Amino acid sequence: MIIGDTIEQGINWLTDNFSGLFDGINESMTSMIGLIESFWVWLPFYITIALFAGLAFWKAGIKNGILTLLGLVFIYLMGFWEETMQTFSLVLGSTIIALATGIPLGIWSAKNKTANSIIRPILDFMQTMPAFVYLIPAVLFFGLGTVPGTFATIIFAMPPVVRLTSLGIAQVPEDIVEATKAFGATPMQLLRKVELPLAMPTILTGVNQTIMMSLSMVVIASMIGAKGLGEIVLQGISQLRIGLGFESGLAVVLLAMILDRITQNLGKKSKKK
Amino acid sequence: MKTLIGTNVSILTSDIISRNMEKIKIENLSLVFGKNRSKAIDLLKKGQGKSEILEKTGCTVAVRDANLTINEGEIFVIMGLSGSGKSTLLRCLNRLINPTIGKIFINKDDITNMSDKELLEIRRKELAMVFQHFGLLPHRTVLSNVAFGLELQGISKEERETRAMETIELVDLKGYENQKVSELSGGMQQRVGLARGLANNPEVLLMDEAFSALDPLIRSQMQDELLLLQEKMQKTIVFITHDLDEAIKLGDRIAIMKDGEIVQVGTSEEIITNPANDYVTSFVENVDRSKVVTAGSIMFTKPTIARLKKDGPAVVVRKMREKGLSSLPVVRTNRTFLGFINIEDAVNLKKKEIKSIEEAIKPEAMTVTAEATVEDILPLLSKTTRSIPVVNEENHLLGTVSQTSVIAEMTGKDKDEISDIIQKAYDL
Ligand SMILES: Nc1ncnc2c1ncn2[C@@H]1O[C@H](COP(=O)(O)OP(=O)(O)O)[C@@H](O)[C@H]1O
Ligand SMILES: [Mg+2]
Repeated sequence: MIIGDTIEQGINWLTDNFSGLFDGINESMTSMIGLIESFWVWLPFYITIALFAGLAFWKAGIKNGILTLLGLVFIYLMGFWEETMQTFSLVLGSTIIALATGIPLGIWSAKNKTANSIIRPILDFMQTMPAFVYLIPAVLFFGLGTVPGTFATIIFAMPPVVRLTSLGIAQVPEDIVEATKAFGATPMQLLRKVELPLAMPTILTGVNQTIMMSLSMVVIASMIGAKGLGEIVLQGISQLRIGLGFESGLAVVLLAMILDRITQNLGKKSKKK
Repeated sequence: MKTLIGTNVSILTSDIISRNMEKIKIENLSLVFGKNRSKAIDLLKKGQGKSEILEKTGCTVAVRDANLTINEGEIFVIMGLSGSGKSTLLRCLNRLINPTIGKIFINKDDITNMSDKELLEIRRKELAMVFQHFGLLPHRTVLSNVAFGLELQGISKEERETRAMETIELVDLKGYENQKVSELSGGMQQRVGLARGLANNPEVLLMDEAFSALDPLIRSQMQDELLLLQEKMQKTIVFITHDLDEAIKLGDRIAIMKDGEIVQVGTSEEIITNPANDYVTSFVENVDRSKVVTAGSIMFTKPTIARLKKDGPAVVVRKMREKGLSSLPVVRTNRTFLGFINIEDAVNLKKKEIKSIEEAIKPEAMTVTAEATVEDILPLLSKTTRSIPVVNEENHLLGTVSQTSVIAEMTGKDKDEISDIIQKAYDL
């Protein structure tokens, strides 16, 4: 129990000494997620459906366009529209934060051996740790609600984009990097004009995985009070209402499929078939 | 025996030196890869070998005490087997790799002491590089690849594309400018690589095995084009290759590297006719000498001649009989080559008691310069039974080449010995 005790003490120390910081994060995250959520809940469902279906059609072809259209209409008809938008907002918010921290971390670990040797084991740890474990420090730092849910989601969903960004940049052929330097590129020019564009397909795979993982975590995050589809799934489980559980589960699956198809094809040229 | 060519060559060399300024100077440059570099350098200074140093320190000596001077406007080839340190040496010139010790001067500026900012500037304006595997940006078009160096300098899109188009035309890529480079063949991609290098209008072009990845036919075509371009541009080109034939074709001068050391520097002919050691000898053994050896080095420098003012028909006939020749080159007193005189015509003049040989001279158009290679001369020799005069720019006779001289060169036998053999064959 020595390790457990140490971790506990560490977390306590953090909550005691950095409560101001956590409160600050809490507030800003609450307002950010709140903003995203109120937008998607406010937007009339038919406009949202049209937007999504249009994007899927444009980026991922007619088949995925139709799938998106039918899937969202189905979710609406099942009566889960608001919860789905809440879940989507949580996914969107945590993905944005996960990418905003994960991509720079990935770049850093591709460029710096020391950074890489520190970040890599942490990522391994983050990915193998059961997702539920993140709920505990999240609650300790932020209490119950949407923000700890988002926090746990970010931690859980960040590793793939860090890894794949790092991989994508490391995979840029050495002779292209060399040529770029030979023509007098600054490190920033090298990154912006060569490494990021060439690593983009790999980074986008990471983005896709991060979105998928944050969606799966959002359901778990409902256990500590995050709003959305997860809540209904939990209701279904706790009240043994199989129908409700199944329907809300289906909505999660549909949302996952739609997000997956769209983000998988984001990096590719639009294909209208 | 070689006095004539000797003086001629020395005039040429001094001429080149006075015209061509020193562009790049490499002084005592060594480069060691690995952690324990200072110890490796100590051992290197004590004269220990590459494998000993690797064993003792775990460091690889890639370049060892290199000294070179590269002149403005020349194609300087660095040649050696794979792993001999060519690429490493080249990358020191733009400091893609930092030399462990030693100095490099470009236009008298010490590259090794430059700040990052100065280094960027010199990479952008003065040194361009062409790579074996092209190093192009696959997600961009030909045009934007060619304009890439200018883009890095922050030149406006309009201006850089105008300038890039000029270079695209120069390397015969017009019409391809909007294609993605990944859609082009290897040869075309390397044209893009070359154009990208030239678009910055650099003074120095660094080419690392630039043609080694191409098919033989395309490769030879690119070599020809580089030579043509160089005639127009007069850049200083440092060209790396592991292929001796390529080195000979392109190089004004060649440096040969072995295990990080420069073992010989010279023109291709100097290296082939006078290899510095066994290593170079084994390297040049299989080369096609006919592409390298020149008329200047195999000609008879004291051919029997007829002097227009001094030798009358009788003397000329006697000279020919003595040597068993059927014709002689005729020169004015200042050695200007005028043509040939045949033995029958000389005998006729003698019978008619005409004193001058002037009216019997057959102006001979076929002459070669001292720089012509055996490969150039052979087809000419097959068209004539006479020897071919070797002349300089003022049309002064320097010597003559004949089938005998070529055989002598190719077999390594002495010219007189072969003359004897041929003489005997005629006598029979
Ligand atoms: N980055 C590196 N780290 C360690 N050793 C290297 C590195 N690059 C080259 N070398 C070693 O340096 C020597 C010279 O290599 P290189 O300059 O690439 O030779 P070449 O271009 O003539 O084939 C080789 O022994 C090679 O293994
Ligand atoms: Mg090499």
